[in-house]
Amino acid sequence: MKITRIAIATVAIATTLSLTACGSDNNASSSASAPAGGVTGALKASGSSAQKNAMAEWVNAFQTANPGATIDYQANGSGAGVQDFINAQTDFAGSDSALKPEEVAGAAARCAGNNAIDIPMVGGAIALAYNIDGVDSLVLDPKTTAGIFTGKITKWNDPAIAALNAGVALPAATIASFHRSDSSGTTDNFTKWLIATTPDTYTLAGGKDWVAPGGQGAKGSDGVASSVASTKNSIGYMELSFVQTQNLKAAKIDNGGGAVEATSDAAAKTIAAATVKGTGNDLALNIDRTVADGASYPIVLVTYEITCEKGLDAAQAALVKSFLTYTSSDEAQGALSGAGYVPITGDLLTKVRASVAAIS
Amino acid sequence: MTQGLIDPPKSSISGSAVRRGDQIFRGITVGSGLLILLVMTSIGIFLTWKALPSFSHNSSNFFTESQWFPDQDTPIFGIAALAFGTFVAAIIAMLLAMPTGIGTSLFITFYAPKKLAGVMAFFIDLLAAVPSIIFGLWGLQFLMPHSEGVARWLDRYLGFIPIFQNRTDLYTKSLLIAGIVLAIMILPTISAISREVFNQVPRSHVEAALALGATRWEMVRMAVLPFGRPGIISASMLGLGRALGETIAVALILSAVFEVNPHITEPGGNTFAANIALKWNEAGPNGLSALIASGLVLFLITLGVNSVARGIIARRKDFSGAQ
Repeated sequence: MKITRIAIATVAIATTLSLTACGSDNNASSSASAPAGGVTGALKASGSSAQKNAMAEWVNAFQTANPGATIDYQANGSGAGVQDFINAQTDFAGSDSALKPEEVAGAAARCAGNNAIDIPMVGGAIALAYNIDGVDSLVLDPKTTAGIFTGKITKWNDPAIAALNAGVALPAATIASFHRSDSSGTTDNFTKWLIATTPDTYTLAGGKDWVAPGGQGAKGSDGVASSVASTKNSIGYMELSFVQTQNLKAAKIDNGGGAVEATSDAAAKTIAAATVKGTGNDLALNIDRTVADGASYPIVLVTYEITCEKGLDAAQAALVKSFLTYTSSDEAQGALSGAGYVPITGDLLTKVRASVAAIS
Repeated sequence: MTQGLIDPPKSSISGSAVRRGDQIFRGITVGSGLLILLVMTSIGIFLTWKALPSFSHNSSNFFTESQWFPDQDTPIFGIAALAFGTFVAAIIAMLLAMPTGIGTSLFITFYAPKKLAGVMAFFIDLLAAVPSIIFGLWGLQFLMPHSEGVARWLDRYLGFIPIFQNRTDLYTKSLLIAGIVLAIMILPTISAISREVFNQVPRSHVEAALALGATRWEMVRMAVLPFGRPGIISASMLGLGRALGETIAVALILSAVFEVNPHITEPGGNTFAANIALKWNEAGPNGLSALIASGLVLFLITLGVNSVARGIIARRKDFSGAQ
């Protein structure tokens, strides 16, 4: 009878596959009948896993302050989050990129003909964490980073690295570089930085999938972080918070104006200097990743909340507005750096608040 | 034999002798049987239906292309690297798990003292109950750092054989390690089924062999293995089926590279199931369809493997006990 059992198991695996496939159909939007303006009711949202921990913290705080409200954020990935939103299964999406041109029409249809807007809410820094015995400080520039991650620089004592790190005893060991094996906005933003700063060295395509030859892939930032932690003479790119959780050291990045340490504050400067390329209340950003002022950390990412400017149910709109008003408050943004994220600051934060205020 | 004894005597009472309980029970069993068929068919239809759009958008050959860029403006994707990695990892797993699994079950059935045999059988069955994510984490965090030496040894002393040659000086996240973890995962499947088959070797055959002066090894070779061969083959095929479809453990371990690289100690490799797990969340519409297309191929492969296994069992069903 073992045979039958295993045959059934095979079916079960296949069934799981198909269930995953249609999983997004199950998140029927709840139509809570909360009074407009009140902070009760239920919100559904999904998307970027990069902002998962920030969301968890905010949702927790918001629900404590408003016992009548429940917010369910599923970190199922940016692409899936945008699709869920377009299919009207969620009230807002979290995404590590603004709506793409081909998604705009679908989003407008979901918003009853109105614009869907991108509101930057959670910033992040991508750190280059390394594990080399006896090296406590390491400086890299875009060219050497591209060389390491494309397999052109293979030893730690390569002259190009040594030139940036005078006085540091670099070993003659082979570099083990780790990248993400899953599709990820972290890879997207890391390659965007390489393409912006050193297009001659990094000639490959950007995007969410790692395409450079060589190196080793690991699943998730946690996978990259634990691989770096357990492998000598290794380096990997990951979100800043994972550097702290695994007790790794992050390289300083020199875009040409001096080496900058990977900190939340330094990354916030880069994000605050971003220009808005969206129109009206849409705050899709153009980030200047070539910034070389010696104080801004250039490898950053921004995750957006995407929702309807107008066109949601009145009750849902009020609740979305109330929640996003909280998340753009000084208190909520201030909590970000402690969790390894980067807050939105300065003029950009003012614009974010204006956009949130326009939701109706 | 005993068949005649439990045959009910022909009823001489006319009229409906069918009881309600019989009808309900029959309905339930027939329904369950049909449900399985229905589920299988609907999975096949679902996969085909969802996979079709990606085929018309592919600007490359789905079966020979090894790159995977289904979401770019001119989509290029194919299963060559996935199929290669899936089979190589499964073959490594089979090469390691088959001798070990068969050896274990021979030990349990013919060599071990009765008490030890019971305990060992229990622990091997327990191995089947360990969730695959645990195998994945264990493989990644424990086995991988500790098996680097094996890969280095293979490279140094057997590196003249291309598959063991390592050109990167990196020995982790390879198909070899994925294969080792898969081997441990399919070991209970192979061992449990071949143990059942060995248990059914007629006592008379065993005793006849021993009475003729055969040593224990000769007895196993003459009486047990010929009798158990179909069982061993089908056990291995079912293990192979699991190895082909294993997802999360492989996704955690492999480096996920889209190239056909026969150097199994180098970082790299990718499989159908791992690729679906890694790409699903961030895939666009065509990407999802392409992933389902690769899933369909895997579905058909595992279906084929299981059918072959069943076929072998059916041919020799008097012996295998899997009736």
